[in-house]
Amino acid sequence: MHTLFRPFAIKSSGDLARLGVILALFGLILFGALRYDHFLSPYNILSFLRYNSMFALIALGMAFVIITGGIDLSVGGTAAMASVVAALFSPVHWAAGLLAGMAAGFAVGALNAFIITKMRIQPFIATLATMLAAYGTGLLLADNQSVSVSYDSGFTVIGQDDFLGFPIPAWIALAAYVLGWLVLEKLPAGRHVLAIGDGEATAGLMGLKVERTLAAVYLASGTLAGLAGVILAAQFGAGQPTEGVGWELFAIASVVVGGTLLTGGSGSVGATLAGALLLAMVFNILNFENGLGWISLSAYWQSVIRGAFLLVVVILQAKLMTRRKTA
Amino acid sequence: MTTIETPAPQPSGALSSGSRLFALAGRYGTFAAFLALVVFNMAVTPNFLSWQTLNVNLTQVATIVIVATGMTLVIATGGIDLSVGSLMAIAGALAPMIFMGRFWPVENMGLAVALAFLIPVVVAGLFGLFNGLLVTRFSIQPIIATLVLFIAGRGIAQVMTNGNLQVFKNEGFQFIAMGRIAGIPAQVVLMIVIAALAFALVRYTVIGRQIIAVGGNEKAARLTGIPVRRVKLFVYMVSGALSGLAGLVVVARNSASDANLVGLGMELDAIAAVAVGGTLLTGGRANIVGTVLGAFVIQLVRYTLLANGVPDAAALIVKAGLIVLAVFIQQRADKH
Repeated sequence: MHTLFRPFAIKSSGDLARLGVILALFGLILFGALRYDHFLSPYNILSFLRYNSMFALIALGMAFVIITGGIDLSVGGTAAMASVVAALFSPVHWAAGLLAGMAAGFAVGALNAFIITKMRIQPFIATLATMLAAYGTGLLLADNQSVSVSYDSGFTVIGQDDFLGFPIPAWIALAAYVLGWLVLEKLPAGRHVLAIGDGEATAGLMGLKVERTLAAVYLASGTLAGLAGVILAAQFGAGQPTEGVGWELFAIASVVVGGTLLTGGSGSVGATLAGALLLAMVFNILNFENGLGWISLSAYWQSVIRGAFLLVVVILQAKLMTRRKTA
Repeated sequence: MTTIETPAPQPSGALSSGSRLFALAGRYGTFAAFLALVVFNMAVTPNFLSWQTLNVNLTQVATIVIVATGMTLVIATGGIDLSVGSLMAIAGALAPMIFMGRFWPVENMGLAVALAFLIPVVVAGLFGLFNGLLVTRFSIQPIIATLVLFIAGRGIAQVMTNGNLQVFKNEGFQFIAMGRIAGIPAQVVLMIVIAALAFALVRYTVIGRQIIAVGGNEKAARLTGIPVRRVKLFVYMVSGALSGLAGLVVVARNSASDANLVGLGMELDAIAAVAVGGTLLTGGRANIVGTVLGAFVIQLVRYTLLANGVPDAAALIVKAGLIVLAVFIQQRADKH
């Protein structure tokens, strides 16, 4: 397929979809900039980046999982549990909170990897179960309420402060995406991920370590979800065991909007970021539009619009797929 | 997950004791778990053997069984339906609006109540049909196709009611939850009738056989002339309509409809019931009796933990372990 060598020319429908999402993102930014006074104000841009970095991190892990042909439904529950763990460890040291939260995510990832590669249970059902387990663990640890973080250890800096004028969560997300891009596009590991998504059996026959690669992908997704949980706790000052509901769906939608096929075997890190930003931008614009007073859409419209958006994207993807088949 | 395996020919009667154990567990495991839970509760939980306990458990399990029956048919074709909870919310929001006269003035309460039953179920069925169209016309994977309504469906219900709680008291409508037929709660009768109909559908009808064939091997089914698309449209429509019905039962039971809460998390309970009940999630099988038992096991586990003072959060972890264990045993049993 087109995934091993990717020249700049548009060679496939996947590239077309990826180009589409980037154009759509710029289109939305242009629309917002022309229509609303404060759309490109530093305040809006910075708070947009600060808040949506969590979702971008989860979408990155999800992209890798989906490229292998799998799915990770546990990310929302993992983030919620990790936020609680991070909050509990935050009085010790800010780094203890950070590491403990990531370790919690890593643990869920390891459990997913074990159930999927050793017990050979489909990713969908395996991560559905660990989602329940993660929520349960988070609620138990937090005693069914939100857990306040320590404000003395500097833990909240991770979520609330800026570095060189940009929010720290945005820096973290940026670093993760650069790393993800390097792995997928430049390292052999990335080619293994793509090959497994194209055909697990074939990849095994080629001598690729399928189980190890799959395990690594779920570990990465869990750890990134844990990191998102740390940012959640640091940003809002509390570990929140009931947060994260529906995050997995937002992440899947971002990956799909970014042109990655759910059947695996192809995908791009950059387009996933564009997909996550695009979905987030829709809400940002909706908020501004409400502010103008021409329309007043209640918060309930958000999920309707989000669903409609996903619908348009998957139908377009399906059309592109059939065109590729017949071409 | 595909693995390269060379099926070793096994002479009958030469099964190792380990694989025989898995085969036994696969066939009778759900029933054994159910019996074990009943015996455990008889020994440990105070007042377990009372009409009230039976009533509580039966009424709580009724909606799970109704939704899980439709889910079993969808999963038998190799699909999945994530939208069931959202469709419950839509139906649950529509019904009170109809008999409380939000759409048109109510002149004849009998007619209004009849319409309050009919319209929400039809609407939910049409949404199910929409899911089916996405799956068949556009070849979108069922997880994603039904994800659209999972996200948007609850929003539609919330927009319709503006997120407000609808409180009502309507004896005719609430018969579906409060009423009794020959002493048995109406929702339990409804559950039994639906499960029995689905069982007969799978066992004795042409379309039942076609559902299994489509899930077993879609290409072969198409080549033998089975109308694959129509079969899939049918199962998603049935799943939608049954979800709508379950939504009506829930709001009738609560005397209130809250679009934010009706059916929340139901897709998980229904899928778990199907998985614990022994229907393979890869399709090609529909074990309705197993699904009913699976729903009972999940309900009894929840009840056992709650009645013995174990926190709700720990019950989630137990449920997760139960799902993984059930699927694992089923897969091992299936190999032998």
